[in-house]
Amino acid sequence: MTDPTRIRATAKDGGVNVKVLMAHAMETGQRKDDAGKPIPAHYIQHVGVTWQGKVVLSATWGTAISKNPFLEFNFKGGKKGETIQVTWTDNKGEKRTDEATIN
Amino acid sequence: MDQTRRNVLKAGGGASLFALLAAAGMLQPGTALAADRNQKAFEAKNLKDALDALGAGSPINSNDIVMTAPEIAENGAVVPIGAVSKVPGTESIAILIAKNPTALAASFDIPAGTEPAVSTRVKMAETSEVHVLVKAQGKYYMTKKEIKVTIGGCGG
Amino acid sequence: MGMAAACGLPLAQLSGRAQAQGAARIYDLPRFGNLHFLHFTDCHAQLLPILFREPNVNLGVADMAGRPPHLVGDALLRHFGIKPGTAEAYAFTFLDFEQAARTYGKVGGFAHLATLVKQLKASRPGALLLDGGDTWQGSATALWTKGQDMVDACKLLGVDIMTGHWDFTLGAERVKQIVDNDFKGRIDFIAQNIKTADFGDPVFPPYVIKSMNGVPVAIVGQAFPYMPIANPRYFVPDWNFGIQEQTMQRAVDEARAKGAQAVVLLSHNGMDVDLKLATRVRGIDAILGGHTHDGMPAPVIVNNAGGKTLVTNAGSNGKFLGVLDLEVKGGKVADFRYHLLPVFANLLAADTEMEALIRNARAPYEAKLGEQLALTEGLLYRRGNFNGTFDQLILEGLMAEKDAPIAFSPGFRWGTSLLPGEPILMEHLMDQTAITYPYTTVTEMSGEMIKIILEDVGDNLFNPDPYYQQGGDMVRVGGLRYSCDPNAKMGARISAMSLRGKLLEAAKTYKVAGWAPVSEAAKTAGGEPIWDLMARYLRGRKVIKPLQLELPRLKGMEGNAGMA
Repeated sequence: MTDPTRIRATAKDGGVNVKVLMAHAMETGQRKDDAGKPIPAHYIQHVGVTWQGKVVLSATWGTAISKNPFLEFNFKGGKKGETIQVTWTDNKGEKRTDEATIN
Repeated sequence: MDQTRRNVLKAGGGASLFALLAAAGMLQPGTALAADRNQKAFEAKNLKDALDALGAGSPINSNDIVMTAPEIAENGAVVPIGAVSKVPGTESIAILIAKNPTALAASFDIPAGTEPAVSTRVKMAETSEVHVLVKAQGKYYMTKKEIKVTIGGCGG
Repeated sequence: MGMAAACGLPLAQLSGRAQAQGAARIYDLPRFGNLHFLHFTDCHAQLLPILFREPNVNLGVADMAGRPPHLVGDALLRHFGIKPGTAEAYAFTFLDFEQAARTYGKVGGFAHLATLVKQLKASRPGALLLDGGDTWQGSATALWTKGQDMVDACKLLGVDIMTGHWDFTLGAERVKQIVDNDFKGRIDFIAQNIKTADFGDPVFPPYVIKSMNGVPVAIVGQAFPYMPIANPRYFVPDWNFGIQEQTMQRAVDEARAKGAQAVVLLSHNGMDVDLKLATRVRGIDAILGGHTHDGMPAPVIVNNAGGKTLVTNAGSNGKFLGVLDLEVKGGKVADFRYHLLPVFANLLAADTEMEALIRNARAPYEAKLGEQLALTEGLLYRRGNFNGTFDQLILEGLMAEKDAPIAFSPGFRWGTSLLPGEPILMEHLMDQTAITYPYTTVTEMSGEMIKIILEDVGDNLFNPDPYYQQGGDMVRVGGLRYSCDPNAKMGARISAMSLRGKLLEAAKTYKVAGWAPVSEAAKTAGGEPIWDLMARYLRGRKVIKPLQLELPRLKGMEGNAGMA
């Protein structure tokens, strides 16, 4: 089970400002737990954001992205009431898509 | 300054925190959305190898890339990096951290209609130059800024 | 902005009881212009008059060498045209401190400050009183009342606008409680550079616009940018800080667009950072600065793409009140006057209402505060880049009580001074130690780690780019000798570390005592509060002989005007 992605999409100046907070451990693979056992790498490798079926941002990540990753960008053309979808995929093949309405 | 300060140094800045990538075998095939992942670039241990793997070679230093980042990281595990490219025809923006165990932190493909401007937050192993690499019309441009990761305390 | 000579105080040499007459003249500043700001900063919760010795070491490196604020003693007097031996020289420098302190007496105190504020407000209609922060921390009573004594005193004093730094070490929840309740409708708490850690939303208003004598003026707030580094992050886990030039520029531009004809920045950046910021951000008429505790008699005028910006710094511990008068003509600032008035407690009658408030606030604690722990035969002070006698005392207490050959004590710039022959009361000990993370620690540290720590702190003080500095002074070091080359690069400033005549070995471990750890793990671990340890040490010693400062051997600082 993964936690929902927090998305804030705000229409302004003919475009949309998108802020995203994903819930993910972003384990690098080299940390150890209390028993000294290595914690396996577990991190988001790809994030895609779509609007009206069109990809408006595609990101490829390594292990250096912080825990509970943040992403912000702007795209042109979106309007209030429309929706965007944010999908992430991690190195274990886990995947999650969340949707938000543009405000 | 004390035991815990040492732990802070380890946790906030020690290279041990930051792993090499998992074995390639662990990686799953990309989804329909996923861009082709340049795994070699993400595994590169230093800036030069990462740039080579990206095909960027020796990028042109550019003042048309504006990086917004703190001079001193408030928390080495969460360092905000913003990048804006004014280079015409920007196709992608990448963030590289020279002294991290693997230099390439992120790469963003910028489709037409999306502003060539992204912000994210990264982990930094230690004080390092952080680079923003821009690909535009087949050419590569870069800018850099030093971000200090400090053990802190003693101020005021 | 028009140029006006910074006015030195028309302060005659005052001595003995001939002071009352002079008082009227010192504080009789004719009104100038149509915008008026009264500014105090870094009072560190000192409600009563105190002594505060200014530093004799305040080195500037790179572009900062030999320029304000990095001037001490005679160099400072010469630069600002202040006569030696005067009350003014006593206020702004360490020179002849003991003698001058006995002559001119204590400084600051909210009851005396209140009288001065009232007097200046009477002559300056609409004047705003700005508090640059570091107000709710620094004394026993502020610690024990979670800042409430200071909050109440600031309300009575008539503070209009505030920003902060140490104030946040009371914890985000307490800060919000004060701002949302005590301050509501009374005091604007502003900080353009504090944002939520999630989506980066503002935590406080970035600026306020006030109308004064028919002129709209914006006051922008800048909290200390490196609070979560210099102090424990766990006090404000959900807030981000930073310098944030771009959002600062946006705030200034927005305020101008809304009609502000003057923009003043209430800053806790520290003076070097403010001086750099003033070259890069356009549209700020004046920066009323703090943090670095630099009592600067006159502003530095900085040129930038938007015009000129005055940069001031108003000292610490309630010693000074800055008075900035701006003349706005034709929609912009045409001229100014600035005075940094020392608050001489002997020259200003105590305001009775404030006096009563302070008496009531202290009443429950008087017995505790008044406990005599020891007597000092030497001068005790803290301020200075590398050490002060009060810190030396703490180092010796730490080494003795923890049975450690090496001790570290943080380079805090607050803490009051005591003259030879004075008792060291619990109150004075708390003036040096009253923080919300007072834990003492003992650590086995490798020589390599000790070097890393000294280099790290050294870079925070001596990085040639002020944006990479974080204020405060060098960690005080007991037992360990070392050399320091402030001009060198990070990693190369510290050398020749030795203990009892033997060079430190990188791989060998050493027992190091310390206090004020910033990590959350240290909070969990506890550790005896520094004041308990030091009270025990002082009670055991009874008399403290004059202390010899342990100082690093400095390289490349010959002739630096920041050292005397």
